[in-house]
Amino acid sequence: MVEKVLVLVGTTRGAFIVESDTNRRSWALRGPFCEVWPMNHVKGDAASGTIYGGGGDQWFGPAVWKSTDLGETWTHSSEGLAYAEGEEPIKTVWSVAPANGALYAGVQPAGLFRSDDGGATWRHVSGLRDHPTRPDWQPGGGGLNLHSIVVEPNGGQRIWVGMSAVGVFHSADGGETWEPRNRGTRNDYMPEGQQYPELGQCVHCVVMAPGMPDRLYQQNHCGMYRSDDGGLQWHSIENGLPSSFGFPAAAHPRDPDVLYLLPLNGDAAGRYPPDGKAAVWRTRDRGESWEALRNGLPQENAFFGVLRQAMATDALEPAGVYFGTNTGSLFASADEGDGWQRIAEHLPMILSVETLVVDG
Amino acid sequence: MTDSAKGSAVEVELPPALVRLFPGVTPQIGLSAANVGEAIEALNQQWPGMRDRLVDSTPRIRRNIHIFVDGERASLDTPLAPGAQIIIKTAMIG
Repeated sequence: MVEKVLVLVGTTRGAFIVESDTNRRSWALRGPFCEVWPMNHVKGDAASGTIYGGGGDQWFGPAVWKSTDLGETWTHSSEGLAYAEGEEPIKTVWSVAPANGALYAGVQPAGLFRSDDGGATWRHVSGLRDHPTRPDWQPGGGGLNLHSIVVEPNGGQRIWVGMSAVGVFHSADGGETWEPRNRGTRNDYMPEGQQYPELGQCVHCVVMAPGMPDRLYQQNHCGMYRSDDGGLQWHSIENGLPSSFGFPAAAHPRDPDVLYLLPLNGDAAGRYPPDGKAAVWRTRDRGESWEALRNGLPQENAFFGVLRQAMATDALEPAGVYFGTNTGSLFASADEGDGWQRIAEHLPMILSVETLVVDG
Repeated sequence: MTDSAKGSAVEVELPPALVRLFPGVTPQIGLSAANVGEAIEALNQQWPGMRDRLVDSTPRIRRNIHIFVDGERASLDTPLAPGAQIIIKTAMIG
């Protein structure tokens, strides 16, 4: 069967799809979709081929968009995607995650919703916001949002979420009860002796290693981390990287020891690649050592940023790696990050990048 | 003309950006309602999901949606007289 790969791009002005055959040399762009709503996260369900998009419009509010024909037509719904009357209304959907036949949505203000009918109706996974620490949840620079949703595959009941600037929370029972899991992550903005709080952690992105549901990787506002026990303990893996700051992390589709990061020069230093030279950094040994991947990426005057959901890998062999910039450029590697090409430019600010491999 | 069971017969004008979200909807709709909230509920009956686009969970008309009844800014409980004209506008932003 002939396959093709779709790069799903969420931007501040709609969703786009950039498409190629499995050689990934020539690309075609379609869009904008979703009535040019700001789309924080566009993600495909590999099991069904359905594409979901989470966003929020400044006039019409939050919704999850859906396409069952690879982007040709779209519907939208927010039925049940709401907090109780009197609570601060949901402003936008930050992330979507199809998993185990369900669909999850992370929203701002931070909370988690679940749909069991493909996004037509939603119910609040209320145990998370019922956590006794909620009065102490504080927003990060992008607001109080739930941006990372990691669900144990193959019918597992474990869920991890990342909330800024709260931290990582974990449920072992499918979302009924939750506990924070931030031991070992550092908050550089606290006084000495208080830099490892259980709450108040600016987690930027959490991903799971393939085939190893206990291994998680995290890009934090303050450092890069790995956990080998489902987040009970985090270990710094920032040694060898040019910065401790960045937003996205992307796991390899098959190798749990491989991770891609895109370090930026610092939160108060411009938030662009160090020295204006773009590089994706790869580890092949679970964060013990790192190498810069620069071939084909701009090596001068690169003053863009890459946001937390704007880097991804694909499921092909060899794996493709992709990232989008806040200046509207989309870069792709068809060889695990060794070489790069720009496959789209002049897009609106890119908020998310995901991939979907489908039968052509 | 008043239908005592369903409120007043009124006309509703929808903004183009809302029409685009609901394929097949017409920009001018006649319906019966006693107040603006009921009118929006009637729209939602015909076009499921339209209420969420106009009203947040407070519940309140969304901040950047302006609704006028016979030329006056309205809220959800603004009453509707027979023949009233409801105009829904997207606010000017940015």
